Amino acid sequence: MTDKIKIENVNLYYGEFQALKNINMNVKENEITAFIGPSGCGKSTLLKSLNRMNDLIEGVKITGRILLDDADIYGDMDATVLRRRVGMVFQKPNPFPMSIYENVAYGPKTHGVKSKAKLDEIVEKSLRSAAMWDEVKDRLKKNALSISGGQQQRLCIARAFSVNPEVILLDEPTSALDPISTMKIEDLLTEIKKDYTIVIVTHNMQQATRISDKTAFFLHGEAIEFDETEKLFSMPKNKKTEDYITGRFG
Amino acid sequence: MRYRFDQELDKLNLELIKMGGLIENAIEYSAKALINRDLSLIRNVNELEIEIDDMEKTIESHCLKLLLQQQPVASDLRIISTALKMITDMERIGDNAEDIAEIAEYMVNQKFIKDLVHIPQMAEATISMVKRSVDAFVNKDKVLAEEVCAADDIVDNLFQVVKEELIEKIQENKENGEQAIDLIMIAKYLERIGDHAENIAEWVIFSITGEHAREYNGRLK
Repeated sequence: MTDKIKIENVNLYYGEFQALKNINMNVKENEITAFIGPSGCGKSTLLKSLNRMNDLIEGVKITGRILLDDADIYGDMDATVLRRRVGMVFQKPNPFPMSIYENVAYGPKTHGVKSKAKLDEIVEKSLRSAAMWDEVKDRLKKNALSISGGQQQRLCIARAFSVNPEVILLDEPTSALDPISTMKIEDLLTEIKKDYTIVIVTHNMQQATRISDKTAFFLHGEAIEFDETEKLFSMPKNKKTEDYITGRFG
Repeated sequence: MRYRFDQELDKLNLELIKMGGLIENAIEYSAKALINRDLSLIRNVNELEIEIDDMEKTIESHCLKLLLQQQPVASDLRIISTALKMITDMERIGDNAEDIAEIAEYMVNQKFIKDLVHIPQMAEATISMVKRSVDAFVNKDKVLAEEVCAADDIVDNLFQVVKEELIEKIQENKENGEQAIDLIMIAKYLERIGDHAENIAEWVIFSITGEHAREYNGRLK
């Protein structure tokens, strides 16, 4: 499998504070890569750097290179184009206060799709990909804020699909969801990885073992260990990884 | 820190030490029952076998509870899966000791066709292998586990010696045949006990290195 994203010597500073220290790793296409580590370890910061969400924070400085299909995302690439190619789903479901249909159609509309038929097609395809078409097809006009948290999160994933991205970043997407909704999203991610490249930040290590192909463990801004998930959770090479995943940290 | 989990792992170690002690006794009593023609020791072996079976079930359910409650990973996962595999071999050793005791009971009134020298040596060697394999697990001692694997050759060699001697005895006098077959079966059970102890030691190596013995040995070569 090819390297979809290459992270080369990345350092990131919030003002004086160095949040990422010389990160080097490659994210493979059609795989799920999980980032784990204690709060403040830099995993979400790195995730956000992959579609330049950190640009919006004042005082952020980043050095090194992040390549998407060998193009430097901090070089000439337009941030809007980047964010269409690399979508993001957040911890807390954040549907727009509009209908289910409009939530999914919003992205394509802003990217210039005007035809009603085309939009209908995108909405259906995206909701099907998010495994919720059958649940909501008869109430597409209903306000998205009225559906359950699990459905809202899947709607956000559908919204991410709607602009036809190549990479989907998820920042603890199930931490606010019940176990059934969590399982649905895990199944969904496993199902869709054949068409996308997925990077997920999770505090739930069992989730990382269940769904990810590779796992990276972060601590104090460093990528301590990056390996196949099965290897990392059965025979970690680094003592710090072992201590963290077995709960003997600190 | 996971104090409660660590306490549970300590408890698991104690249970394995206890089960190890039971199977050491079972081997010792079965061999002594044969050599000393002691019917009371045979009963002891039968009682021990029941206790060993119960112990296997206790440890198994303890391991399953830990898997369920703690969802262990890394070395914790390897320790618990190793314990689950070890107890199967340990339970088989108990069965083999009972098999020996059963033959010993049948032979209790027979005059031996030869002095029993190597069979007691086999029993002694396997008891030591069992003891050291459980110690290796508890102390995470890879070197000791490797020694146990190597010690299986001693037991295998003793089995060959016993076999050759008994063939000679049959050739001397075909009347010796029946007892020779009983004795060779006892030797074979002891040889199997050695194999089970070696399996335990191999699982211990896995729990420490994360590699199965064959991969591990292949890499060392």
